[in-house]
Amino acid sequence: MNLQPGELKDKVRRLIREGEVHRDLYCSPEVFALEMEHLFRNAWIYVGHESQIPNKGDYAATEIGTQPILMVRHSDNSIRVLFNRCPHKGTQVVIDRQGNTGKFFRCPYHAWSFKTDGSLLAVPLKKGYEDSGLQESCAAKGMTPLAHSKNYRGFIFAKMNDAGPDFDSFFGESLSSLDNMIDRSPEARLEVVGSPLRYMHHCNWKMLVENQTDTCHPMVAHESSAGTVREIWEQEGGDGPKPMAVECILPFTSPYEFFENMGIRTWENGHGHTGVHHSIHSDYSAIEGYFEKMVEAYGETRAKAILDENRHNTVYFPNMMIKGPIQSLRLFKPLAADKTLVESWIFRLVGAPDKLLHRTAMYNRLINAPTSIVGHDDLEMYERAQAGLASDGNQWVNMQRLYDPAESETPNATYNGTTEAQMRNQFRAWEKFMTLDAGEAADARGSAA
Amino acid sequence: MTPTEQDLIDFVIAEARMIDERRFPEWLDLFAEDGIYWMPLEPDQEEEHLTTSLMYEDRLLLRTRVQRLEGQRTFSQKPKSRCQHLLQMPAVDEVNHEENLYRTYTPFHYVETRFDEQTLLAGWARHKLAVVEGKLMIKCKRVDLVNCDAPHRNIQLFV
Repeated sequence: MNLQPGELKDKVRRLIREGEVHRDLYCSPEVFALEMEHLFRNAWIYVGHESQIPNKGDYAATEIGTQPILMVRHSDNSIRVLFNRCPHKGTQVVIDRQGNTGKFFRCPYHAWSFKTDGSLLAVPLKKGYEDSGLQESCAAKGMTPLAHSKNYRGFIFAKMNDAGPDFDSFFGESLSSLDNMIDRSPEARLEVVGSPLRYMHHCNWKMLVENQTDTCHPMVAHESSAGTVREIWEQEGGDGPKPMAVECILPFTSPYEFFENMGIRTWENGHGHTGVHHSIHSDYSAIEGYFEKMVEAYGETRAKAILDENRHNTVYFPNMMIKGPIQSLRLFKPLAADKTLVESWIFRLVGAPDKLLHRTAMYNRLINAPTSIVGHDDLEMYERAQAGLASDGNQWVNMQRLYDPAESETPNATYNGTTEAQMRNQFRAWEKFMTLDAGEAADARGSAA
Repeated sequence: MTPTEQDLIDFVIAEARMIDERRFPEWLDLFAEDGIYWMPLEPDQEEEHLTTSLMYEDRLLLRTRVQRLEGQRTFSQKPKSRCQHLLQMPAVDEVNHEENLYRTYTPFHYVETRFDEQTLLAGWARHKLAVVEGKLMIKCKRVDLVNCDAPHRNIQLFV
């Protein structure tokens, strides 16, 4: 898209008001293309976890926006993030979601090879390139590294553009949620377990992100799933220790008051979380031996502080959510304006009893799987919304609940837990990161002039 | 009751038919008290508890699904999904009268449909059966999808 900087800013501003956003944000292929071109290049995006690639030469392939990238463990043990594209003809160099490439990558098409930092190692029949200008070409640079990457306590993020804040300024205080998830391991270490659940949604990616802090839907949309669990549990007598599955699903039926009191916190740059004071994860049964291990590792005061933090969903703008008390991470991968792939990953708390992982894995399949009744409830609502937005009767989506005119001046704040302030926070960040690079030379974004 | 091989085959075929005909409460009664329905997430997955599965459900969770399917506010079942199993003749893998353990293996194609969308899944069902109070019952039904690790759309009924 070749919008002039002013045109881009005008276009974006026309789509957003305080408390309302235009349906084009969800439906328009043009807006989606602009998101891929600007938002997903200007923001720090999650790539993967270091435990996926423990050994030199290990790689994992993923996408940022719609662009194929990979992370790889380089020979110096650092983790490099590269575009997954051969500089020669464009072939994706790796195709497996993960594997080991040894000391170098070798393109399967013409056998160009690259060190694991992306630099060009060798080209067959090299003589053919004498005096060809190859040395000065884009191809000679090898597999392009992303401009910025960061390993934060094992979590790898990357940013394509130079525009925008550095890692620490981008995330700011929101890193406290990642810290809490990591610190729940007595060794302060997490490991990815198994493959992610992959669930295809025919709706815009932002609907899923908004839903993470939408505390007015569980008692309505999930009446069918969590409500049925409650009915059955009551039919069974409703007393005695709850089975783990019941413990995981029942809190979804909590009344409005529970969610109001739970609180929502927003942070600068579109991050935020539900569950400031308590959450649906607060009342899980203690797991034998865990607290003792935490006390051994951290001392009693600190161990209690870590475990008393029961944040519900933390949104990392633009497209990731974590649950510290559950040790799960969800990525909302945009594929098209009306198509989103949701990946749901889980982690082992290294050094903690297996029973915690048992609960984590159970939660993941009960709530996040394409076979999950809770997932079915949500997907139905997203896809009805996607279809409904085609209506010209009203072209705006409303998010004015508990609007406070002062909130745009105070990005770091806590609110009543049923506010839509976090959604508004995301859209303020959306506007900011859509236009951050407006004015940068086109070639700095890697486009042809 | 000492089941014959034909009894085992008939059981597996009847079980699929109950699902196709939406006789869910009757289907639920095929599961033993400790019966499990398991659909792994990864090919050749052996771990049941310490990694993610698509489904790993005891009778309580299966009952929740069945009751939910008929719920007044089960919006994802308005309109209802329909499904069809196409089974290959079940193979009897193990007959062990002493231990009251019987295993079958059944390749299948499964179609689930709602509105204008139709999903085709294929895979293998492995039944572990036992005789309980004179009737064959399911101890474990393991369903391995060929594309278990694919990005699936909703699977709302029972494969």
